[in-house]
Amino acid sequence: MSIEKINMPQLGESVTEGTISQWLVKPGDHVNKYDPIAEVMTDKVNAEVPSSFTGTLTEIAAEEGETVAVGDLMCYIEVADGESSAPAAEEANTKTTGNTVAPEQKTEETSMKKRYSPAVMRLAQENNIQLDQVEGSGKGGRITRKDIEKVIASGGLSKQKETMAENNKPTENASSNTEAPETKQQVHTTVGAKEIPVTGVRKAIANNMVKAKTEIPHAWMMVEVDVTNLVKYRNSVKDQFKQEEGFGLTFFAFFVKAVSKALKEFPQLNSSWAGDKIIQHKDVNISIAVAKEQELFVPVIKAADEKSIKGIAKDIHTLAGKARNGKLTAKDMEGGTFTVNNTGSFGSVQSMGVINYPQAAILQVESIVKRPVIIDDMFAARDMVNLCLSLDHRVLDGLVCGQFLARLKEILENTSSENTPIY
Amino acid sequence: MPVKSYIQAVTQALSEEMERDQKVFVLGEDVGKRGGVFRATDGLYEKFGEARVLDTPLAESAIAGVGIGAAMYGMRPVAEMQFADFIMPAVNQIISEAAKIRYRSNNDWDCPITIRAPYGGGVHGALYHSQSIEAVFANQPGLKIVMPSTPYDVKGLLKAAIRDDDPVLFFEHKRAYRLIKGEVPDDDYTLPLGKADVKRNGSDITVITYGLCVHFALQAAEKLEQEGIDAHILDLRTVYPLDREAIVEAASKTGKVLLLTEDNKEGSIIGEVAAIIAEECLFELDAPIQRLAGPDVPAMPYAPTMEKHFMVNPDKVEKAMRELAEF
Repeated sequence: MSIEKINMPQLGESVTEGTISQWLVKPGDHVNKYDPIAEVMTDKVNAEVPSSFTGTLTEIAAEEGETVAVGDLMCYIEVADGESSAPAAEEANTKTTGNTVAPEQKTEETSMKKRYSPAVMRLAQENNIQLDQVEGSGKGGRITRKDIEKVIASGGLSKQKETMAENNKPTENASSNTEAPETKQQVHTTVGAKEIPVTGVRKAIANNMVKAKTEIPHAWMMVEVDVTNLVKYRNSVKDQFKQEEGFGLTFFAFFVKAVSKALKEFPQLNSSWAGDKIIQHKDVNISIAVAKEQELFVPVIKAADEKSIKGIAKDIHTLAGKARNGKLTAKDMEGGTFTVNNTGSFGSVQSMGVINYPQAAILQVESIVKRPVIIDDMFAARDMVNLCLSLDHRVLDGLVCGQFLARLKEILENTSSENTPIY
Repeated sequence: MPVKSYIQAVTQALSEEMERDQKVFVLGEDVGKRGGVFRATDGLYEKFGEARVLDTPLAESAIAGVGIGAAMYGMRPVAEMQFADFIMPAVNQIISEAAKIRYRSNNDWDCPITIRAPYGGGVHGALYHSQSIEAVFANQPGLKIVMPSTPYDVKGLLKAAIRDDDPVLFFEHKRAYRLIKGEVPDDDYTLPLGKADVKRNGSDITVITYGLCVHFALQAAEKLEQEGIDAHILDLRTVYPLDREAIVEAASKTGKVLLLTEDNKEGSIIGEVAAIIAEECLFELDAPIQRLAGPDVPAMPYAPTMEKHFMVNPDKVEKAMRELAEF
């Protein structure tokens, strides 16, 4: 009899650690080789770790919820003699689950990642490309001249970042390639405090927020808009709409429509910062924030400027449904150029949104509240809403944003059955 | 267009030039009545007579010397070395006299001789019938060294060599003589000396070579195309002086360069090609410059297995090309 170790396997390239979400066996259990022994969650995948040996689990070294670095110990297995060495050798040869070969495999895959050829260095410098954010297709993960040329052809890194982020992390359409500072915070905990491991979507959100807040110089503006007419209009048609279409006609659809119309007139806000240039997007693709308990998704309404209010309402309905059921695909998150956030749904009346990287601005639509307002020197009860805009001050200045908000206000205040068709 | 073998293109070029210009004559061992051991001068003796197709003694030094003298007196001799390996006794004549006479006489004299010689291995020729000797002459300003790969290039370049006013060494790959066939127009055309030629356009890797190795590279490129590897192939054609512009352009195109020669690796033509690339386009390079060549062994072995080990072949080329593409 001999005791063998099972270590955290490499569960995908660039994955460096995994959190044990559940042990599928307990000490004393008999396991066969290749049987799943634990479920592990990484920021990329959820996977089952197979056993590398046939034997009896003697000791678990990492509890559920614990994060284990790749190659670190997970548990011990007692193996009958003669079996221990053979499977290990086989492992090394076949590289199946690869816990014994994991670290080696990793160096194989990325050993050339930071070896830059003269051509790659020159192209990166000339085009202001951060090489650590480029995916390498050469041997050992080396970035080839063709890789760089592709990045340049696709319009620089900002775009590349977007697509990469979308591929890697379908939960957010902002980049998270540069990891947020990973310093473990020394927080004093009292007895009974619950520790929640930060993984998956939460980690992606954290990284994106740190990136957006540290890189983008945010500035804020707010206008208040009288939407009495809009409220009247929507309330008068909502029941019939629901009956005919089978889904609700929300205020939010009207706001998204108005925003896309205003963006068409002020394309400066529909853009991205790309280092040495500002990219003004042709399509108006509106990202909408959808919250789900612990998670936040930002699916995209494509070509919102080309859609009717009904079309937008339908998109919102579908995307929100998908988000709640965990059915969103990377495609649903792609290509957002501006974000509208329905903070009013939580009852908020004022907020300062964090820009959805690499977009240039985000608009928070707050609660619609009845308030006394003076019109023609008389008090009137009006439906008022605050619109809060966060802007990337590298791309935008107060003047253009003020004009944009004024135009948006004008559109919304003039929304009525006479001039705003739903279809 | 008629399809001709490599050696037929040699014969046609000689015949056409002898017809065109009375000053052109051929001399060498067995070139007359016998028509050459490889039959390169086949029919010339009958057509132009013994005065213009000279059988010489077995003395390469004399073949070169007589040719150089005649050239300096205004003739256009085409001297044949039966095998390139036998050129060694003539090296003094070629390097010290032919290459330098224009410079030495301050342009009063010139030496428009063409020296033809079959070179190269893979024919079970062993030590004295397999060598590549171009590197011996490739640092002698005043000389030009032409090494064509296709019948079309053979005819155009041999005619250009004969018409050139300075000495040209014209090395023909003996294995290509009957192996390589291609379209050769019957009309009178020449190709510029000192100019390389793109034999295949591609975007993934660049192969720069000359002679029979061009065909190895083309064959390998066909196979690799199915794997999605697109090779760019440059045929140097003239190996001295080199076509710097074409080399730099081809290397810059992909940034990954494989250089091929069947000569011994160290001190070969492709070392100079590598130096040009390193000098002129470092910042286009995406991989270390690769060389595939014969080993640094004194001569081609006779045993077939050893000869195969020594010779560059399509499989070795394919492997080297794939490795470079994957880098």
